[in-house]
Amino acid sequence: MADFLINTIGLPEWLAWTITASVAAALILNVIAGGALVFIWAERKIAARIQDRLGPTRTGGRFGWLQSLADGIKLLAKEDLMPEGADGMLFKLAPYVSFCASFCAFIALPFAFDFVGQRLNVGVFFVVAVLGLEVFGVILAGYASASKWSLFGAMREAAQVVSYEVPLGMCVVVPVMLAGSMDLVTIAEKQSGWLTSWYLFHDPFTFVIFWVYVTCAVASVNRAPFDLAEAESELVAGFHTEYSGLRWSFFFMAEYGSMFLVSALAALLFLGGWNGPIPVATLLGLSEGTGDTANYFVRLLGCGNLLLKATLGVLLMMWVRWTLPRLRIDQVMTTCLKYCTPIAAAMFAGAMLWQLAFPGGVIRGISRPAGEIREGWLEGPGGLPAGRGRVGGMPVAGVPTQAVSHQSGSQAVVKVVP
Amino acid sequence: MMPTMFASSVQSPALLAAVTWAVPIAAINWHSVLFLLFAAMACACAVAVVLADNVVRMAFYLVLSLASTAGLFFLAGAEFVGAMQLMIYVGGTLVLLVFGVMLTAQAPFVAIKTSTGDRVLAGMVGAALLAVLLQAAFRVEPWRRPAVATVAAPAATPIGMALLGVRVDSPAAGTPTAAVRSGYLLPFEIVSIHLLVVLVGAAYLARAKRRRSARAIDVAASAVSTVFPASPAAGATTGDTTGRETARSSASALVSGGPR
Repeated sequence: MADFLINTIGLPEWLAWTITASVAAALILNVIAGGALVFIWAERKIAARIQDRLGPTRTGGRFGWLQSLADGIKLLAKEDLMPEGADGMLFKLAPYVSFCASFCAFIALPFAFDFVGQRLNVGVFFVVAVLGLEVFGVILAGYASASKWSLFGAMREAAQVVSYEVPLGMCVVVPVMLAGSMDLVTIAEKQSGWLTSWYLFHDPFTFVIFWVYVTCAVASVNRAPFDLAEAESELVAGFHTEYSGLRWSFFFMAEYGSMFLVSALAALLFLGGWNGPIPVATLLGLSEGTGDTANYFVRLLGCGNLLLKATLGVLLMMWVRWTLPRLRIDQVMTTCLKYCTPIAAAMFAGAMLWQLAFPGGVIRGISRPAGEIREGWLEGPGGLPAGRGRVGGMPVAGVPTQAVSHQSGSQAVVKVVP
Repeated sequence: MMPTMFASSVQSPALLAAVTWAVPIAAINWHSVLFLLFAAMACACAVAVVLADNVVRMAFYLVLSLASTAGLFFLAGAEFVGAMQLMIYVGGTLVLLVFGVMLTAQAPFVAIKTSTGDRVLAGMVGAALLAVLLQAAFRVEPWRRPAVATVAAPAATPIGMALLGVRVDSPAAGTPTAAVRSGYLLPFEIVSIHLLVVLVGAAYLARAKRRRSARAIDVAASAVSTVFPASPAAGATTGDTTGRETARSSASALVSGGPR
């Protein structure tokens, strides 16, 4: 887009970049805020249906679908209270810390091949790292509220999130290993084709580890059955007991944003990203290089696909929330340390061995033969011979046997010939 | 994408005149602007850490400072290092720090008052360090502006390969071949083992105390009866069996760290 602005319209570079960055930021903000509106409404309806109620029915016509908007207006107009003993500065800043962390993680999240705020070489790592920062806002809120409920909630949250980062990281490493890259775009592109090339169906170990990831993701965004930080039956409302109005809603935007984020991450890592169960675009005869308009259409389709998958993930979380009872804190820790972590470690080792034994994945005939490494570090002039199963990512043969390097100016361009 | 962004060249088409009425600056070098922004934030928050009284506020400023440093890393194209900074320092260390503060916080320790002597001492050390660093910084030849942005290559893969023992990046001229071949496998493994030892040690220290053997409890029981002769355990000294039992139970409670 920046290139278009510079070359076609003729804007100066700095302005073009400003506009591009603003548009990207605004789009991401809309995904979070608009998503939160829709998801809150959906959550209320789903909760109601699961509990054999109707949920909101009146606001905005038939299904009460304007309910969250009405809630939003109410929250805007609500008085902003602060407890007397609170640490004013931290109390006011805490919701923004949470929200910023959630927002920042979206920067590196690709929605389709080119639809990404900033394509990072270490996308997965960045997303997981930034997502872990959200807990900081919660801890600050709990501390600054000068309320025992809040403090208890925050301490539970800290213990829980820090523990669950370990198995979550292990789960995330497996697709990274299969794809041979931490770039989310590369990982998703490796799974293009039919759903057999999804990493979920790559081998039995990845199938198991996907469910471990789901568990850890639910725990890391503090959703029931892991919502100890805000356990209503014990802690009033946990870390946000003392919050009201817009600040309170920032916590909720952050929560729904993170839910969407971990679901999108699951879709990218295990469910093919924007590559659907059926390669619609390829069947229609559209592919990279058919032309700019066709390309754009393909990406739009992929974007819709990813959003659909992520939304399904969020709905799954809601279903889980309203179905399962809340765990106790010791049960939460047991789940993490005695089940998730060992299972994830074993599955990681298993996936590694599987990769060594059958580099082509489960169904070698059907899975796509080649997804080249787009990073360029391990891509030789001819690449590996086509037809060899390489869906499983960086092949064993990819370890460079000789490195040819030449200096061009101050930057090093390296080609590794396998 | 990034390099073109960094190079601040102003083309001046006709449209430029139309847009510059809004922003009176002819061109903004976003790289410099963001660098100054992050650097100023890092420095200001670092100063705030020193000046703040409240431990949790200090931690908060430290988070901002470290996150700004991570921003500088990202700006320099060192994405892996930036993400590491966020993960380890901001996400890990500081969350644990605040967690620890909240667990142990008592009123006298939350607010820390630094004495004047400490301030002077710290100021002297800090000034000395600053002098050394400034001297080193100004000795760098192309200090003000790199003519060409040097950010091009993705950073993570060579780092990962080097940690596995294979250098795929171009080593500096004159490096012995052995160093090129080995990469950083050995330091990486040493650090891993070190961390593992630390982890095992921490688990050992923090483990739940188990019930000791009967012999240890008997020894402890006599110790209890000696130390607390007025307690019900005093019966132990007279050979009274019930008293002995009481002493045993209270001693075992002592040994096992209280009733569980």
